[in-house]
Amino acid sequence: MPYSLMEFFPHEPKQSKLLNKLREIQYTEGYISKEATQQLATEMELSLVEVEGVISFYHFLHTKPTAKYVIYLNNSMISEIKGYSRIREALERETGTRFGTSDRTNTFALFETPCIGMSDQEPAALVNFYPFTNLNIMKVRNIIQALKDGEDPAVMCDCPDDNIMYLPPEDKTIFFRPYTAGEALAKLEIRTPEDVIEFVKKSNLSGRGGAFFPTWIKWDSCRKQEATPNYIICNADEGEPGTFKDRVLLNREPGSVLEGMIIAGYATGAKFGVIYLRAEYFWLKKKLEDTINEFYSKGLLGKNIKGKKGFDFDIRIQMGAGSYVCGEETALLESMEGKRGEPRTKWYFPVERGYLQKPTIVNNVETFAAVARMIEMGINEYLNRGIPGSPGTKLISLSGDVDNPGIYEIEWGMSIEELLNLAGAADPYFIQVSGPSGESVSMHEKHRKISMRDLMATQDIRCGGSVMVFNKYREIIDILINFSDFFMKESCGICTPCRAGNYIVHKKLEKIKHGIATYSDLNDLHQWCDIMKTTSRCGLGKTACNPPVFAIEKFRDYFEPKLDTTFDGLNHKFDLEESVKEYEKYKS
Amino acid sequence: MKNTKPKEKLVSFSIDGKTCEAREGQNLVDAAMENGVFIPSLCYFKHHDPPLGTCRACTCKVNGNYLPACIQKLEEGMAIEVNTEKLKDIRHALVEMMFAEGNHFCPSCEKSGNCDLQHMGYELGVTNIRFPHLFKDRVIDYNPQRMVLENNRCIKCRRCVEEVFTDEGKRVFMYHNRGIDTLVAVDYEQEAQLTEKQAKAAMDLCPTGAIIVRGSSLVEPFGERSFDMESDQKDYNVLFPSKKEQKKMDKKTVATVSLAGCFGCHMSLLDIDEQLLDIVNVVEFNKSPLTDIKEFTKRCDIGIVEGSCCNAENIETLRKFRDNCDILVSVGECAIWGGLPAMRNTIPLGECLEEAYINVETSVKGEWVIPYHEDLPKLLDRVYSCNEIVKIDYFVPGCPPSADHLWKVIRNLLWDEGFSVLYHEFKYD
Ligand SMILES: Cc1cc2nc3c(=O)[nH]c(=O)nc-3n(C[C@H](O)[C@H](O)[C@H](O)COP(=O)(O)O)c2cc1C
Ligand code: SF4
Ligand code: SF4
Ligand code: SF4
Repeated sequence: MPYSLMEFFPHEPKQSKLLNKLREIQYTEGYISKEATQQLATEMELSLVEVEGVISFYHFLHTKPTAKYVIYLNNSMISEIKGYSRIREALERETGTRFGTSDRTNTFALFETPCIGMSDQEPAALVNFYPFTNLNIMKVRNIIQALKDGEDPAVMCDCPDDNIMYLPPEDKTIFFRPYTAGEALAKLEIRTPEDVIEFVKKSNLSGRGGAFFPTWIKWDSCRKQEATPNYIICNADEGEPGTFKDRVLLNREPGSVLEGMIIAGYATGAKFGVIYLRAEYFWLKKKLEDTINEFYSKGLLGKNIKGKKGFDFDIRIQMGAGSYVCGEETALLESMEGKRGEPRTKWYFPVERGYLQKPTIVNNVETFAAVARMIEMGINEYLNRGIPGSPGTKLISLSGDVDNPGIYEIEWGMSIEELLNLAGAADPYFIQVSGPSGESVSMHEKHRKISMRDLMATQDIRCGGSVMVFNKYREIIDILINFSDFFMKESCGICTPCRAGNYIVHKKLEKIKHGIATYSDLNDLHQWCDIMKTTSRCGLGKTACNPPVFAIEKFRDYFEPKLDTTFDGLNHKFDLEESVKEYEKYKS
Repeated sequence: MKNTKPKEKLVSFSIDGKTCEAREGQNLVDAAMENGVFIPSLCYFKHHDPPLGTCRACTCKVNGNYLPACIQKLEEGMAIEVNTEKLKDIRHALVEMMFAEGNHFCPSCEKSGNCDLQHMGYELGVTNIRFPHLFKDRVIDYNPQRMVLENNRCIKCRRCVEEVFTDEGKRVFMYHNRGIDTLVAVDYEQEAQLTEKQAKAAMDLCPTGAIIVRGSSLVEPFGERSFDMESDQKDYNVLFPSKKEQKKMDKKTVATVSLAGCFGCHMSLLDIDEQLLDIVNVVEFNKSPLTDIKEFTKRCDIGIVEGSCCNAENIETLRKFRDNCDILVSVGECAIWGGLPAMRNTIPLGECLEEAYINVETSVKGEWVIPYHEDLPKLLDRVYSCNEIVKIDYFVPGCPPSADHLWKVIRNLLWDEGFSVLYHEFKYD
């Protein structure tokens, strides 16, 4: 009997289905009614308030009716510099709808959403989760007209280009070599699971999701756990604004990612794999499903893979529902269990107690692909790329004020300057490496090399996968506010410093923008950011303050003219007229 | 699966350089406590595995890394720092953040005196909040049969979510939304299943006044509540150290004012009985309601400000105070952060006025009017704390601060007299 893609593994508990079900209802009904919520609660044996709690956590789930066409316009900083406000106006004009609501006939609903992974073709929007990229006013007009005429967004939508702009010379590409499904798996025949882990260790591979944790250690400790079953989870949540490398990898070589997961299963004894795909990449789901089915039909998934007795592995897809923090591995596990995506404490690690409290490996899309490709090409070939201490290549999503936004597969060791030259960056000024949670870089540091050999990242710079370039005409404070707004909205709210801190920092940044901040405000900001960094529970809160801290340190000249230096104990900028304006309305 | 039970092995570790001993694998908060070191925490529950780890107030330095103590399992040789200056400041800041984030009007709170958050503020000696108050309008849910859920006071410790279940094992509380909009919601159906005892237990496990069971609060009078008197910490010597040489008691000029306040702080100022006679010898009151001097006639050494700014006249007065006084002291909760008058800050001004002058029971239909006249001070869009308008040098908490507390601070500022505020003098209500 041919196995095929399954929706759930038979042993998974009811609640694990919650998120997929909610998404389905949202998709078919346009919202999740009180009745539907109650019904799900009864079905899952949960209290109503619990299901409501889950719904209200994810921003693509609505409890009020939306519309036939739900449009999400990306409001990331890259979108903003590429014409976000014009598109926003055009959408409102053409649909006759305000953002945040739907029109009277419930035909169109407009919402904003953080980065949808299209930074190389902004402005972009999702219509019923189908992508429309490189928007301009004419295009918006045509799209809306076509929708009004009853055309199907699934048919009309764009097929986002992969925009692979650069591959390492001398055919040194790792990720985009010609791919044949099963080639890496074939090489497993001569290897034991221990060998595979040893192999990964030799390759020096560390996590490509941004944390750079050595992959082999994770795999090795998972393999040594006694509890079963184990799980292999592919983190395809790619929520970091400006990042789109996983999108391209999944679109171009989905098989290599699956194969990496299967290899991980082989190495650790896990039999179940899950791809956690962000809701924004719904349009990639079909392709993934087809590839999984193809793998089943070729005997690369299912029972006795490649004829190896007892080597069983199944993969299913879990859809996200709109939440950046769900990319954090423990939040992702909670989300998969049908809960609110709140990161867990580090009391247990996922390899000890992960999904359903069982040993679990969570790795990034690129990490899995890298494993498959290095096994297929051999360790020596792999080590032959990059620089000592940091072998291999890295996918970088490059966007912003450059001539050629897109994917750059660089050998580790390339300098920021070289990369910017390749991309055709005119007047680069503020460069954000690894997304808003990463490091801001000024052109004084253009000689820094991108590598992972420098653990503290003081000389070289590590890059999780994105580089956003802003030229000298961009206001740094606007960039900081956009990032801060993102973190504020995406904080899960479970720990004090991130929940309250992000809001407080956001207010301070606005104060700077309005020109009423003083030196002491800058110092406060620095200090408060430090408190968030030291006390937050997960990476989101710990890194949310990176941009303001780096910006204040590295772009001091930018901030100084913006400060109010007249402070003499009287807060002159307190605007008395402004604050009595509301009362003046009662003057008759 | 082999169950590795916590081993009964003792390990040694250090806290702030002091060698300690406790069970391996034990929770650091408990292990420290057993060794006589108090690590403040608001969400920690001994029995909860894994620990909640939400409030972060127990943040310490463990082997060089900043980590919350409540999620650390004790290991041999761990080097732990608890009371360094930076850590104390961080802890302070986190508690301040909780006050800034919620809307904590202690004088009108049922839990006041029995509240862990308030107690933490007392223990740490939090006088003013470095962060701007957010004044977010938060839901108060009166719908449940037995309870009122006051989200203005919730610190999202997660205790209720993880601990309160019906006999059938259904959750009663759950978080809704995320980020700054996170709130605790209660399931009406499940709440109705709770027994009276279970409901009270929910109220008691809440570290703040967010869960109130109808009819069962305000039972203890002031002075007899859990945190009114007791503390290991007897006084706040560290708050206002005396300078080396005490100045001689030469005559000083003092100005006072009550902005948007209730005059309670002024009453408290006078509440020092016969000491008042001594004070009059060394203090000359200039502009003050006590002397009825309306305008400053000379520069003052110290200005004492009661109340917050709710109208344009308050702003003008406060600016004059800053101009004419060497030291400005915010006295009482209103002056410090808005206090009770700031209760209106979560509601738009228009709604407040309409509620007070139009929709109110006593207004006569068709004859209502919202006062506006050029002689009346204009209302501000919200109530501002004094330090939002001018620089404030010192803060004396309380609603009102006790007379002793107040005068100790004033004497310290004017003549460098050393003193200790006693624990029971340090209050927010
Ligand atoms: C707030 C936050 C968001 C994250 N988002 C992602 C993500 O979208 N994709 C990803 O692969 N890793 C993400 N991570 C990192 C994961 O927690 C985890 O480290 C990673 O999936 C591990 O895989 P790797 O070792 O292969 O990198 C995120 C981390 C944090 C703190
Ligand atoms: S740091 Fe932010 S996102 Fe992470 S657990 Fe805390 S509140 Fe949630
Ligand atoms: S007593 Fe506690 S809960 Fe009540 S207002 Fe004060 S701090 Fe908040
Ligand atoms: S209601 Fe009380 S127990 Fe529940 S999270 Fe809020 S503060 Fe904690």
